[in-house]
Amino acid sequence: MPDQTPAHEIRPVTQEIPERFIPVPTVEPGHTFASVTDHISAIVLRKKMPFLWWVGLAASCFGVMVLTATIGKLVLVGVGIWGINHPIGWGFDILNFVWWIGIGHAGTLISAILLLLRQEWRTSINRFAEAMTLFAVSAAGLYPALHTGRPWYDFWLFPYPNTMTLWPQFRSPLMWDVFAVSTYATVSALFWYVGLIPDLATLRDRARGKIARVIYGMLSLGWRGSAKHWFRYESTYLLLAGLSTPLVLSVHTIVSFDFAVAQLPGWHATFFPPYFVAGAVYAGFAMVLTLAIPARKMFHLEDFITMKHLENMGKIMLATGLIVFYSYCMEAFFAYYSGNNFERYMWINRVSGPYWKMYAMLIICNGVAPQMMWFRRMRTSTAGLFAVAMFVNVGMWLERFVIIPTSLHRDFLPSSWGMYHGTRWDWGMFIGSMGLFFFLLFLFVRFLPMISIFEMRTMLPEAQAHPEGHEA
Amino acid sequence: MKDPQTLNLADFRKRIGSEYWRSLNELSRDDFEQVVETEFPQGALALDRGVDRRDFVKLMGASMALGGLAACNRPAEKIVPYVRQPEGLIPGKPIFFASAMTISGYAHGVLVESHMGRPTKIEGNPDHPSSLGATNSFMQASILGLYDPDRSQVVRHLGEISTYSDFLAALQPELKAGAANGAGLRILTQSVTSPTLGAQIQQVLAQLPGAKWHQWEAAGGHNVREGMRLAFGSYANAVYHFDKANVVVALDSDFLERGPGHLRYARDFSNRRRVRKGTKSINRLYAIESGPTGTGSIADHRLAVKPSQVESFARAIGAGLGVGANAGATEHADWIAAVVRDLQKNRGTSIVIAGEEQPPAVHAIAMVINQALGNIGATVTITDPVEVAPVNQLDSLRQLVADMNVGAVKTLIIIGGNPAYDAPGDLPFVKAMDNVPFRVHLSHYYDETSMHVHWHIPETHYLESWSDARAHDGTISIIQPLIAPLYNGRSPHELLGALLGGMDQSPYDVVRAYWTAKAGALNFNNTWRKWLNDGVIAGSALPARTAGGTPAVPGTTDNRQPTTSSYELRILPDPNIYDGRFANNGWLQELPKPQTKITWENVALISPKTAVAIGYDDKRRDELVNEKQTLIANIRYRGKTLRTPIWVVPGHADNTITMFLGYGRTRGGKLATPSADVSGMLALELAPFHLSGGTAGVDVTPFRFADALHGGGGAEIELTSDGPYEIACTQEHQSLNVSDVGEDRGIIRSATFAEYLAKPDFVRDHKREVEQSKESMYPGFEYKSHAWAMVIDTSVCTGCNGCVVACQSENNIPIVGKDQVVAEREMHWLRIDRYYKGDAANPEVFHQPVPCMQCESAPCEPVCPVGATSHSGEGLNDMTYNRCVGTRYCSNNCPYKVRRFNFFHYSDYETPALKAQRNPDVTVRTRGVMEKCTYCVQRINAAKINAEKDGKSGRRVRDGEIVTACQQACPTNAIVFGDMNDPSSQVAALKSEPTNYALLAELNTRPRTTYLGAIRNPNPEIKG
Repeated sequence: MPDQTPAHEIRPVTQEIPERFIPVPTVEPGHTFASVTDHISAIVLRKKMPFLWWVGLAASCFGVMVLTATIGKLVLVGVGIWGINHPIGWGFDILNFVWWIGIGHAGTLISAILLLLRQEWRTSINRFAEAMTLFAVSAAGLYPALHTGRPWYDFWLFPYPNTMTLWPQFRSPLMWDVFAVSTYATVSALFWYVGLIPDLATLRDRARGKIARVIYGMLSLGWRGSAKHWFRYESTYLLLAGLSTPLVLSVHTIVSFDFAVAQLPGWHATFFPPYFVAGAVYAGFAMVLTLAIPARKMFHLEDFITMKHLENMGKIMLATGLIVFYSYCMEAFFAYYSGNNFERYMWINRVSGPYWKMYAMLIICNGVAPQMMWFRRMRTSTAGLFAVAMFVNVGMWLERFVIIPTSLHRDFLPSSWGMYHGTRWDWGMFIGSMGLFFFLLFLFVRFLPMISIFEMRTMLPEAQAHPEGHEA
Repeated sequence: MKDPQTLNLADFRKRIGSEYWRSLNELSRDDFEQVVETEFPQGALALDRGVDRRDFVKLMGASMALGGLAACNRPAEKIVPYVRQPEGLIPGKPIFFASAMTISGYAHGVLVESHMGRPTKIEGNPDHPSSLGATNSFMQASILGLYDPDRSQVVRHLGEISTYSDFLAALQPELKAGAANGAGLRILTQSVTSPTLGAQIQQVLAQLPGAKWHQWEAAGGHNVREGMRLAFGSYANAVYHFDKANVVVALDSDFLERGPGHLRYARDFSNRRRVRKGTKSINRLYAIESGPTGTGSIADHRLAVKPSQVESFARAIGAGLGVGANAGATEHADWIAAVVRDLQKNRGTSIVIAGEEQPPAVHAIAMVINQALGNIGATVTITDPVEVAPVNQLDSLRQLVADMNVGAVKTLIIIGGNPAYDAPGDLPFVKAMDNVPFRVHLSHYYDETSMHVHWHIPETHYLESWSDARAHDGTISIIQPLIAPLYNGRSPHELLGALLGGMDQSPYDVVRAYWTAKAGALNFNNTWRKWLNDGVIAGSALPARTAGGTPAVPGTTDNRQPTTSSYELRILPDPNIYDGRFANNGWLQELPKPQTKITWENVALISPKTAVAIGYDDKRRDELVNEKQTLIANIRYRGKTLRTPIWVVPGHADNTITMFLGYGRTRGGKLATPSADVSGMLALELAPFHLSGGTAGVDVTPFRFADALHGGGGAEIELTSDGPYEIACTQEHQSLNVSDVGEDRGIIRSATFAEYLAKPDFVRDHKREVEQSKESMYPGFEYKSHAWAMVIDTSVCTGCNGCVVACQSENNIPIVGKDQVVAEREMHWLRIDRYYKGDAANPEVFHQPVPCMQCESAPCEPVCPVGATSHSGEGLNDMTYNRCVGTRYCSNNCPYKVRRFNFFHYSDYETPALKAQRNPDVTVRTRGVMEKCTYCVQRINAAKINAEKDGKSGRRVRDGEIVTACQQACPTNAIVFGDMNDPSSQVAALKSEPTNYALLAELNTRPRTTYLGAIRNPNPEIKG
């Protein structure tokens, strides 16, 4: 812990420490166990929702309706309502799938990896980030399920015993996707739920209405806060964290296999797994920032989600952004160095072909914008962080556009070259999936504590009184 | 019945005179119930007590289900199958019948595959001189025309539904009321080669000497006919023998893809062009033409000149050979001199052929040159005309219009054709026709002409009725039907029979009677059977004509306007829908046109240089998203203006505009006419996919003047400022030039014949050519029995599209409509890629048919998550349609992009007529399913089953026993399929040719479909 330097190492203060070297606390001073609990649980139990929440809920609810209409049309009529064609077999569907899945990664990274690395500052944002993961995976999962020509036969992708004695084809990366994403969704959901149990019990105890008490009571699975409970909770939580950790790497690695295993120039590249994982973390933190900055303001959570959190996320964005940008450079280098005409043409076409504007915007969003994070002033300004995060959100979407349709639209035989653009149904489904994501998120902040109450309590100085004691 | 205890169907058959009965009434007699009672006691009981609700529903269901069967009757008369007799009909086994399809009167022999009485597929008749087994796209698509639900189905009187007997009742008073000698009766037909129909018409004219017969066919080879008359003094027919020609000069002639005998010519030509091990020489083709054609694309030397300049080239060549004077062609003098020397070296083994649109003088000059070279009698045979009564059809139509205008015509009988649409724009045919008190039109569709007549009679399809016709060399075929008329059509023979007073003459009787008279009654049954069986009357080709004299060089007869303005207009029949007669044929509408790859409409073609001249420059190009969009221009010609999209075509002559006939129809079917497109207007419309749109395109008949049917000088073109217009084009202007694709991709590999002789394996020069490795993570496949493979010879492919439609027909491939083609979702399993090489002004053009490559190491197979596409033991990439969930990953991973996805429910499951058309051996795919070429696996399996049944323990499938649909259709035999494991097979031999190469071999997909390098034979004397 940076602020728990052993006493014997403290040197006499000879001069005023510059402000920037004073660590920013993860909880603002003045809070007690009770005030933390009150403050967070009140959002769920006592307070009226702010006006903006209602606006957001209504808007996202409209998005859900758009999604329902789109899915209805899609199932009834066919994927032809989208802009895909020959040769571009995947468009917004897989693009948005990868985008959403990527976004989900930050949640898992925050909750699992940072937990194992004992990065305590994660505490106030992990619940929120995990919820985001779960909802992003839900939005992502829609796409592969519905992008098939005959979605009612999607279950054939699962290895289930059947009278035809047919198995899925285990050599296909899409098959691996099924396992990767479903495992990811399951573990994320469990992890989130297990982490919620002590807080659900708190809500149960504090709820005034009978219905709320019963529901929270059932959800808290009889949690009484006994030492035994805490012991089991801690081991389960760590175990799940351990399970989730490889998933952070594996899910997007496997998603990247969808492309890397294919022989298409622009897809077929060995560096895709790390490139995709870095991109996912990058996108995820941008999304966490996009959500946390307004939520923090809306629910007055500045005391819990402090500038330290935001700044740390800015730093991670910078680090992963640089990896992503490095990958773009490597793509160009490989195209040049491979001596392969198809690879070379692919890259030239990306940069100067019909979709050059997408590529230029991608470089601005993902290459240039995160460079702002080098500056502390930008990292500690909510407006600056929010702006950069928005750039990254757009940039990561563009990255998938550049990878998927742009690689497909001009491949080996010039006779088959084509063009792609999303139709209104593509956009409808994209907007709809965002609607679903935000709708779930708005319901989440209304009905569940968006910050982990019991973990926040451990962050208080009172909890630190016995440094040798356990921690969260 | 003697013994009512048993149901003796044979007796019933004998009694009702047919093997089939249509209703229980027909079958029923007094004793019927008795029989039924003994045979089916419970059933009889049910009949006794009346029909209860459950049985009623059952009966209704059964009659709904079985009712359609009545439509599948064979014609009542005896027809003879090609090989086996109909008695040998085995359910599930197709039978082939020989027949013939006419295009502009000329017969093209076909073999029609019939499944249980339903014709489903057209193949070429190997015994027919115009086909030799090959088919063009028209012939292939005619099977769809048969079932076309938009075909006229009822007799109409003033637009109201009526009956044929009412028509006959109305006709008689008209005939009697007219003058006794028939003055006032006019018969208008298209070009007629049918001896029977000709005889019938002559009989009418004999009975009613005042009657007159007129002929008009919009794309009827008017100039060929007149050119021959100019050359020989009387109408004559030229038959070319390209198999004997070393040097061919095509003067704006697309003899490989158009005109009578083009399939035969393409076959003969390709036989002299094909390069195999040991080939010592190949033929040489010079093409002088205005727009790109299949002939031009295979030519060794090609010049793009204005149509009016062709004559001067012809004269210059003639002058070089010592006939006629040079009209002063100074351009390309070296080129002409080289051609002349080449022709001189090949006296008696060369051909000069003029194109249908060229003025008669050019045809005459060509004949003079052939004569001078001693080709006539050697490579060119002059015979009597194939047509029954060749006339100057333009004069004939003019005369008719004049007569109608003065009220001299009382009764007009139009047999086939659509003159109201396709008569020249300055002949007021419709207006004149209104003066005729009694007008009749026999046609396939209720079209523009039908709207203006009193009586419209639906015409039978050639697969529905008896007739006969002559081939390009005069060989006669009996056209035998395969199915009773689906839509109550009447044949021209019936209508003429009615004129002759025979009210109910069946076409069968007419045709058979004519031939009985001709051949003599002795043993006629056997003769007839043989004719029907063979599809041709052996030895009926017209003999070479000895009389007729020597042609002389004519003066100029080019009546086109002198080229005062800088633009010359050129009007051609459309390569897909011809003069508009195939406008309602979805297969043809959606077929990418051979040279432009445009579907569903016509455009005005101009050259790149002309485009820039009219302001279609880089600045305007910036408005366009891609090369499938274009701009609109106003074209003015002799006071008329047409607004049309323009299309820039490399290799087109400068300052020339090419336009195509057949579009802009206002009547004649859902696909022929543009229709308001409502799909997609309602954003939430949940209706399943329906073919939307119909065709676009412009009617160019206003530009067809009686004195210049094929256009002329004096046209103006002006680009409008309107925004981009979307063309349903399946391929952009891809070139192979390194500047466009980054590096030579080795897609097409070409060399000259001299280079080939020096280095037969020139295809290996491609820098990325690598030894194919068999290394793999997975154990390799072993092909123990068969290993199916295909070789496509790009040297002889002219891009004619015959294979594409054959594939569509064989494999039940749906059409998707213009909107979906614009969205790049056409479904053709086999496409013909066209590439340009070199300068855009006159590039080399290559055609490359691309079916599935059936890779041995297929990228599509491992990526399918449900294993819907898998490797067969014989090396096919099989597709299991009912297992496919439609992830499209296989298509993304296919480097050849030959997989096709059903984005919507494209297959028409609803139209009953189309159900009967489908090949029962191939699944009709549903939406959301990927599909692709399987080397016609249904044919492979059929042949394997046959082979297995042969003898005691079966035998191996013989080479040539399996012919894929594309291979079968190909006029130039460019496609060869077979078993690679059989070292004696043709395909194995081709695989060992030094020119054999695989497409994108460096990907190590190890394709089973390979190509032979394109070899051209340029004249070393001509540089560049």
